[in-house]
Amino acid sequence: MSRAALFVLADGRFPAGGHAHSGGAEPAVAAGRIKDADSLEEFCRGRLHTAGLVAAGLAAAAAAGHDPLALDEAADARTPVQALRTTARKLGRQMMRAARATWPSAELDALSAARPRGAHQPVVLGLAARSAGLAPLDAAYAVAYETVSGPATAAVRLLSLDPFDATAVLARLAPDLDRTAAAAAAAAGRIPEEGFDALPAASAPLLDITAQQHAAWPVRLFAS
Amino acid sequence: MTLVPPPAAAAPGRTAVGVRATARITATVGGTATTLPVLDGDGPFELRRLRSHGSEARVCIVGAMSAPLGGDRLRIEATAQQGAALHITSAAATLALRGPDSEHATYDVHLTAGEHAQLHWLPKPLICAGGSDLRQTWTVDLAPTARLVLREEQILGRTGESPGHVATRLTVRRGGRTLLDQQAEYGPGAPGWDGPAVLAGHRAAGQLLIVDPVFEETPLEVQLLGGSPEDGQAVLTPLAGPAALVTAVAPDGLRLRHLLDTAQATFRRTVPGASAIREGR
Amino acid sequence: MHLDHAETFPERHTHSAEPRRPDGTRRALRIGLGGPVGSGKTATVAALCRVLRDEFSIAVVTNDIYTREDAEFLLREAVLPAERITAVETGACPHTAIRDDISANLEAVEDLENAIGPLDLVLVESGGDNLTATFSKGLVDAQIFVIDVAGGDDIPRKGGPGVTNSDLLVINKTDLAAHVGSDLESMARDAEVQRGHLPVAFTCLKTEDGAKPVADWVRERLTDWTAGPA
Repeated sequence: MSRAALFVLADGRFPAGGHAHSGGAEPAVAAGRIKDADSLEEFCRGRLHTAGLVAAGLAAAAAAGHDPLALDEAADARTPVQALRTTARKLGRQMMRAARATWPSAELDALSAARPRGAHQPVVLGLAARSAGLAPLDAAYAVAYETVSGPATAAVRLLSLDPFDATAVLARLAPDLDRTAAAAAAAAGRIPEEGFDALPAASAPLLDITAQQHAAWPVRLFAS
Repeated sequence: MTLVPPPAAAAPGRTAVGVRATARITATVGGTATTLPVLDGDGPFELRRLRSHGSEARVCIVGAMSAPLGGDRLRIEATAQQGAALHITSAAATLALRGPDSEHATYDVHLTAGEHAQLHWLPKPLICAGGSDLRQTWTVDLAPTARLVLREEQILGRTGESPGHVATRLTVRRGGRTLLDQQAEYGPGAPGWDGPAVLAGHRAAGQLLIVDPVFEETPLEVQLLGGSPEDGQAVLTPLAGPAALVTAVAPDGLRLRHLLDTAQATFRRTVPGASAIREGR
Repeated sequence: MHLDHAETFPERHTHSAEPRRPDGTRRALRIGLGGPVGSGKTATVAALCRVLRDEFSIAVVTNDIYTREDAEFLLREAVLPAERITAVETGACPHTAIRDDISANLEAVEDLENAIGPLDLVLVESGGDNLTATFSKGLVDAQIFVIDVAGGDDIPRKGGPGVTNSDLLVINKTDLAAHVGSDLESMARDAEVQRGHLPVAFTCLKTEDGAKPVADWVRERLTDWTAGPA
């Protein structure tokens, strides 16, 4: 298997539905909390070290071969807000479709059969990485990057932010991405001793609150 | 039942590593009411029995000394045995302060509720003073038929003061399966904590968790709480299991309390048999 | 127990436009409708539903720029029962959802087939976009591109993927031609130059039977689809 598969998986054009989601950027822009490149960077940093770390841990654990259904339950316990669980499962189902087309495997088939309405997206992504022959750390990187690239892309559309500035934000976050992916993979590596409690459960109150508020907006550009 | 001398015996001298104290409460059913066979204060935790309310036993935690300070290792264990109803509150806010050095403090709360038991953990807020560093955990084990009401509030810094650092983890297991697992980290050194995704200038954050088997049949609906942004914001949302969680942020502790009180009133109105959910003050 | 998924469906994930569903039955014919904002895509969908709903089992997927506008128009017009209309959210990029990343639309189509199937026809309406938007062949079997005379009679001459390659080009609002100075004959000539033998339909949806040429074309596609090789 090729390490280059990571580029395919982490590519923003990977057809798994991410383009319709802002990762909480749309409500933050509407509230005036994201208004420029600096505030976008702080938003992304906060999301990365909370929701991103949790998702990267789940993905690394799935890529390491831990029971995806147990991980799906661990994801539920770490996602108290209904709107975010719905989004995670919707994106998980779309990720599953793309993953089965690109890296078919019996493990993906089994999870798809057990969760026809979608498992949590990071779990599916981790299993996709495993099917592609990638390592847990690779899966953690893919998820961590997606955690910040989604809001950055959305901010370009929502704020007409200069795309060069938005890309520079992503580049500045690289050390944070390294730390997050490493922490997530290390946590997944402790599961044999500590169980799923080893997985991060970091939360961000405003992401949770505004995700549920956003789900009730009658008119919005992004699905989440 | 205490493993260390009670506060009256040996002044629990603060050593270089701070105070180590474990308070224990056990509630059990005796006749028609809940009794408290174990009510052991320790270190900074003095436990007072309050007048019971119906069949419910009520305990108030009174601070016997300033705690937690950096270096302290504090722990409270409370159990509501099968069929018992236990309500725990505190007399005053908990103030986390910096210790003699930069060592962090820990404060671990272990709550256990047996079959058909009911446990309310409704203390006053935690205030994280500038320079403080606290790691707080709540570990809750519930039998499938147990009911829980838990509130926690963190206020970052006293008025006009820079915030301390606090890291929390709330883990709730029901019938051995994890129902909720949530960490939070605020204050200096926590990446992105004051940015637009996490607190965005708010200085008070809190949660109200209600676990009740009745939600198996009729889960609570999502509710958005809070008015204008300057009053803070909150959302009530059902968990994947039979529970509902209110997550709230506010500019200060007063407005946070108002949001959580509103949420608690909503529970009392909408949940059958929830009249037992009362204020914790 | 899990309160988030009360309903369960048999597992049906496909990732292409395979004509058979996983259970072996033939899936519904999927027709995409694209075209610029305001050209009458939603009105054409509404008209098709009214004309064809008694003959065929139909469902509609809309891809709005703003969440549910088009879906709500169709609901207000009551052209189909609400459970036959689904809106897909597109993150400010409607063409991405029908061409580059079709996963949400495929999910919507499959959910409709699972929930209310068997269906004969699913109409997938694109959010109003520019002249370059086309549907992926992984999503639809045929596509209709809707323009209107008021948008300028030079659109057919300008070409573009929708005008040139769509399976049916609909030129709508012919009643306005005189008012906006559009020359229908030159539009037809330009379209033929661009499209060769691919069909063009002139419509005026205000009139009784205004959508007839489009409905007739859809009927032919349905006949072909039903008769087609498995």
